[in-house]
Amino acid sequence: MAGSRERPSPAARDNRWKLVETTLRRHGHRAHSLIEALHAAQEAYGYLDTDVLGRLAGDLRLPLSKVYGVATFYNFFSLEPQGEHSCVICTGTACYIKGAGAIMAALEADGLKAGETSADGQVSVLTARCFGSCGLAPAAVMDGDVLGRLTPDDVLGRVRQWRTHDA
Amino acid sequence: MTRDELDEIASREIEARGSRRHHLHVCVAASCLSSRSDQVKKALEDEIERLDMAHQCRVTGVGCLGLCKEGPLVAVEPAGLMYHGVAPDDAHAVAASLGSVAVERLLLPSDLPFFERQRKVALENSGRVDPERIEDYIARGGYAALIDALTTMTPPGVVEQVMRSGLRGRGGGGYPTGLKWSTVAKASSPRKFVICNGDEGDPGAFMDRSVLESDPHRVVEGMALAGYAVGASEGYIYVRAEYPLAVERLRKAIKQAERLGLLGTAISGTTFSFKIEVRLGAGAFVCGEETALIASIEGDRGTPRPRPPYPAEVGLWGYPTLINNVETFASVAPIVRNGGNWYAAIGTRKSKGTKVFALAGRVANTGLIEVPMGITLREIVFDIGGGIPDGRQFKAVQTGGPSGGCLPEQFLDMPVEYESLAEAGSMMGSGGMIVMDDTSCMVDVARFFMEFCMTESCGKCVPCRVGTVQMHDLLSRITEGRATLADLALLEELCDVVQHTSLCGLGQTAPNPVVSTLRYFRDEYMAHIVDQRCPAGVCRMPQAREVTA
Repeated sequence: MAGSRERPSPAARDNRWKLVETTLRRHGHRAHSLIEALHAAQEAYGYLDTDVLGRLAGDLRLPLSKVYGVATFYNFFSLEPQGEHSCVICTGTACYIKGAGAIMAALEADGLKAGETSADGQVSVLTARCFGSCGLAPAAVMDGDVLGRLTPDDVLGRVRQWRTHDA
Repeated sequence: MTRDELDEIASREIEARGSRRHHLHVCVAASCLSSRSDQVKKALEDEIERLDMAHQCRVTGVGCLGLCKEGPLVAVEPAGLMYHGVAPDDAHAVAASLGSVAVERLLLPSDLPFFERQRKVALENSGRVDPERIEDYIARGGYAALIDALTTMTPPGVVEQVMRSGLRGRGGGGYPTGLKWSTVAKASSPRKFVICNGDEGDPGAFMDRSVLESDPHRVVEGMALAGYAVGASEGYIYVRAEYPLAVERLRKAIKQAERLGLLGTAISGTTFSFKIEVRLGAGAFVCGEETALIASIEGDRGTPRPRPPYPAEVGLWGYPTLINNVETFASVAPIVRNGGNWYAAIGTRKSKGTKVFALAGRVANTGLIEVPMGITLREIVFDIGGGIPDGRQFKAVQTGGPSGGCLPEQFLDMPVEYESLAEAGSMMGSGGMIVMDDTSCMVDVARFFMEFCMTESCGKCVPCRVGTVQMHDLLSRITEGRATLADLALLEELCDVVQHTSLCGLGQTAPNPVVSTLRYFRDEYMAHIVDQRCPAGVCRMPQAREVTA
């Protein structure tokens, strides 16, 4: 979704819906493919808005309440648009022991709270329960790159760079 | 695919390999990859090309070589050398050294206890095969167990070998695998399922990830063997969406196996058919619980249901279902190939075989290890792990994640077994092993795990939903120096209630980190409550704040 925080036009939506439909078709539009469909929709749209959830409910013949219930149960699904850049801090045990808390505190001191997107729409800070990269603790995934042995300054530096470059 | 055809693929592969004198195995598992081992691999390939050595040296991307801390790792075969911390700039030195003197500055000593003390079964191919090429797996004896079982063994015969091996569930529960298999095999039903649990949600554990990334075919073969043994023709692998590389390699492996007729209908000319589908998890720890995992595959919220009936009788869509963890399935092919007795000869009387651990935290050598059961914690932490760095003091080793406990120094010489760990107040768990030194506050560690359980509680049953919140609140008060001894008494009472009245394993084991730290580090709790002091200096106490202000 190229970082756009505006509502996409209906045509653009339909193009992306085709990606979701491939998944739905592969599973024969059966209700039990809901989670797979949610993954596909989030991949295509970047997040799951009410329209998309409604469309999935219609296609799979499920009540919207059920679709909403499943989408909100799992941490992986996001019902809000994400920022241009993403910074996922690992808060697993190994990272906790090796100082992930200090990284979170540094980000928070910079006005970035976990689970939120910065007001300028540039950066989303998320936390994850262990990426399984414990040998690299403390670790973070910044725009898809797994980075290890981080200090608070490493993370802050990159985040600040994003915010000034793209401003 | 017959055994002859399989052997032909293997010999063709071995021949192709034998024509080259050197093999460079570059670790491209998650950890080394994040230190840019892909660039190292590219640089080595370019250098080999430039030096016109392609006919005598092959560069292969392989799975985890184990010593994650020293990555990117490159193994030189057949010389048996291992280079660490290799940068793309080192490509020339490495390529030029082939067949002559090794590059001293990059060389890891060959007699490191890290490697010597290990015994690899589930990980025997990890770091040796290219996880993206089925031919490479076949060349190392892969799928031979499956074809031999299908053509020369009966399904009860396969169950018998697993039974004899003494293998127990590697997901943490430790239930005898053979017994589980025979229950599903005996269930009469027109349809049965095999599920591989790859929802490795324990923070601090990355065994399943490494197995799936390093040797995905091993898991596929194990599942197919299980399908044959219990009479199921459909399998699902449930993997965390947070492990994209594992998912990608697994999907590729399944496609390759289908192409060669090792999955699909009438495998190896027999009446046995088996297909595997991948299902993505979506970030819910509770889905590691088998009934919650089944609910998730069915497209529902991952909430558990009471057992019995167990999934072996009433599982996916109501049919008998065999659920085992990734590491369990990864151990099956060698058991079938070498016989159950071979496996049972490793380990101790009640805990057979080997166990994979993800060693992390305050320990010099972090990485993935596989050790025989019965090894002591001291050997793991101090010999394999290389001890505590920065001259600090060992304090505890945590096993079993949020369901486990912290064991202090007095247990270092205890053998690692299901029973001994449980008696000491911890558990085997799936294999996360976090070492803590004197900079860790044990009360804060307990609070950390309780926060995890509180957030991950699915909310279905009251003791877990409400109890974890209350316990977290009490632990927070202690770490903030606001608690009284009455709070401590209440905390202990809540531990008891939540343990005994929760619906599933998540709630039943959530108090374990509190119980074990109270048992061995009660003095730290008392210091927080009575003296308002954090001995490790982690928690910010009211007075301490005044001093620094």
